[in-house]
Formats: sequence, structure tokens, C-alpha cells
Amino acid sequence: MFDPHKIREDFPILKRKINNYTLIYFDNAASSQKPRQVIEAIKDFYENHNSNVHRAVHTLSQEASELYERAHDEVADFIHADGMEEIIFVRGTTEAINLVAYSWGLRNLKKGDEVIVSLMEHHSNIVPWEILSKLNGFNIKYVGVSDDGTLNYEAYEELISEKTKIVCFSHVSNFSGVINDVKRIAKIAHDHGALILIDGAQSVPHLPTHVKDLDVDFLAFSGHKMLGPTGIGVLYGKCEILEKMEPFQGGGEMIREVLFDSITKRCTITWNDLPWKFEAGTPNICDGIGLMEAVRYLRRLGMENVQAHEYTLTEYAMKHMLECQKIEIYGPEDASAKCGIIPFNVEGFSSHDVALLLDNYGIMVRSGFHCTQPLHAIFKLKSSARASFYIYNTREEIDSFIEVLKEIE
Amino acid sequence: MIPLEDYVARIEETCGAEKDFIVIFKYDKKDDAIKKILQKAKKEKAISTIIFELTFQDVSFRLYGTGKAIFRNLKDKNGLQKVLSDLLL
Repeated sequence: MFDPHKIREDFPILKRKINNYTLIYFDNAASSQKPRQVIEAIKDFYENHNSNVHRAVHTLSQEASELYERAHDEVADFIHADGMEEIIFVRGTTEAINLVAYSWGLRNLKKGDEVIVSLMEHHSNIVPWEILSKLNGFNIKYVGVSDDGTLNYEAYEELISEKTKIVCFSHVSNFSGVINDVKRIAKIAHDHGALILIDGAQSVPHLPTHVKDLDVDFLAFSGHKMLGPTGIGVLYGKCEILEKMEPFQGGGEMIREVLFDSITKRCTITWNDLPWKFEAGTPNICDGIGLMEAVRYLRRLGMENVQAHEYTLTEYAMKHMLECQKIEIYGPEDASAKCGIIPFNVEGFSSHDVALLLDNYGIMVRSGFHCTQPLHAIFKLKSSARASFYIYNTREEIDSFIEVLKEIE
Repeated sequence: MIPLEDYVARIEETCGAEKDFIVIFKYDKKDDAIKKILQKAKKEKAISTIIFELTFQDVSFRLYGTGKAIFRNLKDKNGLQKVLSDLLL
């Protein structure tokens, strides 16, 4: 049975007091807290198995390699990928998107081509494409959002053409928490021969993810938002696409052979197998193993249960927040269309004031643009406060949060 | 006279269109900092000892009992440092 009170016992930080109040952590969309199991896995690696991976014959390296490879395997299972060949470990969602931009985009996007990006995106799914378009001269077309914060799906039909090579959008908005219809956009894109790249930073930690069912070509997500350590993230890519792509970075680990030709006086290089072709240099071994432990934790809970719990919290919080006269919530009013994120403002207060006031009571929320400045411009907002929930949050915490909001009013 | 760094742990420019500054006072100096600021700034409003709405040299700011303050509509960090110096030193 899913019991957040029991889950909380695994999270040492939740016992912390801030300003003499027990910590209430509602900034999960920025980064999640870590359970003891993940902390222990990291400690165990450094205390018992630490070594570089691959190509060494000694015992420690064998152990480290096995753990690191198993981490890829378990992440593949978690998102229902075909295998670890489709799982590239990177620093996080941002690096995963940049990997696609520079490995795939640099060679496949040229003048006259088009990329479709939504205005709902985190800056990390806008900026790499804008940088690359300046280099390669392709065009970017932006899809807007409706008043309720949902994607303008009709615009995809209007904007897409044979010139479109890739369609990039988030599965869940990091501003409003709205869940986008991936399958619908995937079909539109694939019908026109375009690929899709999904920013899964806010979906993979909170929803069951089935990459084959969703038919995504690339999926990027971060470990630290799903109970894992910072500095580790994942790029999923369909095997047949990754096979055709050239590496993003060159170095050790990603090569099979570097042969010097004494006649041409140049080196001939053969790439390593997937996924190592895209993991140049000594990888972030320990945090990859930490991510595996995080995935195991979430699988034990069941992602359907995680989603259901967050839905219950979101619905409860929105209902009580809307009872406050001076609070405005952005995005869909229906909690089932959202994923544990509530952006809001309190009339007469800046979002930073609200965040500081809540901080007074040990309640952590985000304030600002949340790296979605274009979306804030659409909503005509200077900034917003954002409460975001996860597996260890409770109704009692929301009650305390509402109590402070009412006090602010 | 002790330097400003002895009072201030961090200054963060806020994210958002407001361009405000958050000042976080050092934990062991926060009570001293709050006392000095309350002596010099004009109190517009106060909620218990938790929040003080203040003005000083035409700059409006909120001071929190936890040792944080949010300064509004300042041109840049230099302007903030001048105000802080005048308040604290």
C-alpha cells in the first residue's frame, strides 16, 4: 500500500527543522529529495567497489563495470526501452537535449529545414535549437499555448510540413504541470517524416513511461528529479537512430580503435558499441548506480501509485488554494490534466515575497520564471510561485501550506 | 567599522521580470543586522516580528525575521551595496 508517511521515513532530510518548523519540501519540480537507499548505494560504491569501468581486468573494475551496466539495463526496463543500447547516461536533461542537437542536429539540419518547438518549453529545449539554427541556418517554428496552458495541438497540423525534421516538446510542463498528448504529436510528426524529442524531466519521475507505446524517438530526463543524484541523466534514443548518429564528444570509452596510418599520417577511428559511443571519457559511474537505486525505489512503489498520489495531492491543494480570495492559479483547473505542479501568485505580493514568507515557516517553494520566460510572457506574468509535490508529501503538509497562504492574504 | 561582508552571506538577483534582490544575512549576524536596519529604516508595516515593510533612501524593501530581505526596484548591485552599507555600517 502506498503510504507517504511510511515513505517519509526513508528520507532523512525531511526530519530537518527550518526556522523551527519541520521542513515541508514543495520544490520537487526543481529537484527531489533522496531516500536513504540511494544515499547508501552511493556510499557503498565508494567504500567497496570504486574503480574505473571497462577494459581493466582487476576485480574492482569488473564490479564497477557490472554495476554501471546494470544501471543502464534497469533504467531501460523502467521506461520500457528495448535494452541498454538505447540508454545513454549524460549529466541531465539539458545535456541530453544538447547531445541530440549536436550529434543529430548538426549533421541533419540544414538551411531550408524546420524544427518545431513549443513555447511551453523549459529554456533547455529552446536555447540549443536557437544556437544550432544560427550555425546551420534552419528555421524554428514555435507552437503556442491556449489560455488554460495546454498546447495548441491544431498548430502542429498547421506548422508541420515536409521541411520539418524534428518536433521538440515536453511531456509535462515544468511551469503548469500540464500533461501533453505525446502520442498525438508523435503521429503528426511521424506522418510527415519528422522525429520527436521529448523533454521528460517532469514526466519520467511522476508518470509511468513507456517509450515504445508513446513512439518517441528521443527522450531526455534527469536523475536528480526522480530521487537520484545530481549530475546524472538519461538520453533514450531509438536504437536504429542512435546507430546512424555520430558521437557528440570524442575521447576514451567511446572508441573501439584508434589506428595510426603511417602513409596518410592520420588516425582512423572506429566507434564503440551503443551506448558507450556517446559516453566519452570516464563516466559518472557512482551517480549512475545511485540512479539505478532510485529507479528500484520508484518501481517498488509503482509508478501508477506515484501518479495517483500526486493527483490526489494536487486536487486537494488546488481546491483549498482556490478558496483563497487573492490567489490565482495558472494552467488547467482539472487536476487530472496536470502532474503535481501548481503555479500561482498572491495578489499584492511578488512571487519572491511569497516564497520568502513560506520559507519563514519551513515551506520550500520556487519563485521566478522557472526557466520558462516565453511562457510567462504569454500569461503576462512578471514571475510566479510554484508548489510541486512528490511521493513523500502529505495532505497535512498542504494544510500547513494553505494556512500560511491564508495568513499572507 | 566592520565590512559589509561580515553581515551579508549572499546576494541573489531574483529570477523574473521584477529584478529584485534577495539579501541573506549571515546567521550569527542576522539579529544584529535586523536591529540596525530597524533603527535606520522607516517602518511602513509590520507583522509581528516576522515581516517588516520598510523604506530607506526611497528604496522599499521587506525584511524577514529569518534574516532575509527583498529589495525592490534597485538599478543594480552597486546601488544595493550602497543602501546596505548605509543601513548596516
